Amino acid sequence: MIELKNVHKHFGQLHVLKGITSTVDQGEVVVIIGPSGSGKSTLLRCINYLEEPTKGEIIIDGIKLNHSATNINRVRQEVGMVFQSFNLFPHMTVMDNITLAPKKVRGLAPSKAEDIAQELLAKVGLSDKAEAYPRQLSGGQQQRVAIARALAVQPKVMLFDEPTSALDPEMIGEVLDVMKNLAEDGMTMVVVSHEMGFAREVGTRVLFMDEGKIVEEGKPEEVFFNPKNERTQAFLGKIL
Amino acid sequence: MELSDWLVIPEILPLMLSGLKVTVVITFFSVLTGLVIGTIVGLARLSDNRFLCGLTTAYVEIIRGTPLMVQLFLIYYALPEIGIHLPPMIAGWVAYSINSGAYVSEVVRGGIQSIDSGQMEAARSLGMSWWQGMRYVVLPQAFRNIMPPLGNEFIMLLKDSSLMAVIAVPEVMRYANLMVGRKGGYALPIYVTAGLLYLALTLPLSLVVRRAERGLAKGD
Repeated sequence: MIELKNVHKHFGQLHVLKGITSTVDQGEVVVIIGPSGSGKSTLLRCINYLEEPTKGEIIIDGIKLNHSATNINRVRQEVGMVFQSFNLFPHMTVMDNITLAPKKVRGLAPSKAEDIAQELLAKVGLSDKAEAYPRQLSGGQQQRVAIARALAVQPKVMLFDEPTSALDPEMIGEVLDVMKNLAEDGMTMVVVSHEMGFAREVGTRVLFMDEGKIVEEGKPEEVFFNPKNERTQAFLGKIL
Repeated sequence: MELSDWLVIPEILPLMLSGLKVTVVITFFSVLTGLVIGTIVGLARLSDNRFLCGLTTAYVEIIRGTPLMVQLFLIYYALPEIGIHLPPMIAGWVAYSINSGAYVSEVVRGGIQSIDSGQMEAARSLGMSWWQGMRYVVLPQAFRNIMPPLGNEFIMLLKDSSLMAVIAVPEVMRYANLMVGRKGGYALPIYVTAGLLYLALTLPLSLVVRRAERGLAKGD
């Protein structure tokens, strides 16, 4: 579903990604962990071209990414993204947040888009909030709306960039539950997160990144409880 | 000067009011085109295209660095020398649109920059094009934030339209000057009337602007 071949990213002098090669199969839930500045978020942002890789190849569902606009807009419809800071559109109701892209990008009729939105709101447990504005919702509710919004374009892959790290502790569970359900439905997911419980329960694979490279990868139990690389050991020692 | 001099006001008022109509119409259309120019230029100045960015930056700097009077004279008196003759009203409209466009573009640019970049990223990640993201997500929020400075810009333009009297646009100031000349005096009542007519337009406008500012401060 996602193929990364020797992906590099520079920000000026800064070499953030140093040759990432990996494959994510359909239905996999890949959790990326690693210290801040290790390039996790940049890698995620490269997968839907919010950042353009300096070198290397990214292939999504058989489509090779390049910087032609039609290509990018098309591929992005297949790749949903959930941000740390939600990034809901504050001037629109929850309903309009969710239906905007289906209407403008997929060309759905408003009534059809609203049906899909209602279904998704039920899925994330917010059926009664369709007419609310984002500022009237808690952080956890906002993030669940953001997930529904990303799902509304019916992507084949979902990317999550630290989806729970801006949330109060008591709201993390509700967001992770939604993500768990999504994974059980067979969604292909790439998640940057340090939620170990989630990674162990749902993750099919864990990638440990450090200094722009994938240092270690494997099944969650292996990486968490039997890390082979000493940098992984040091990092896990700090966060466990 | 005698108290009875003020009785000239009812006499001149019909002409002055017809001048006010011209003031309002020409300001309205200048504001409209200024807003269009300002939005396009504001967007162009934020673009990655260095040619576009340089061109529009030059435009803004030149317009803001030269007096409106000079711009007006160039368009009305100088253009005919290269074969372009514009009637006074059109010349005034063109000059004020170009002038206002430069100031509005700065306001628009600031408004766009004040919107968190995550908004555009969210729009793009949903498959929207850059322009769709601008149109549906960024610009609506930006325009909401810049309503007060835009309102102030329009008030300035309304007052500055009095400069058009010098190129014979039949607006308030033009009639005031004509009346003073024709009647050989009465400058005090006539110019006070002109001032009051402007005030009658600008006061309600600034009230609206202040209300919009308070609405924004409350954050709703």
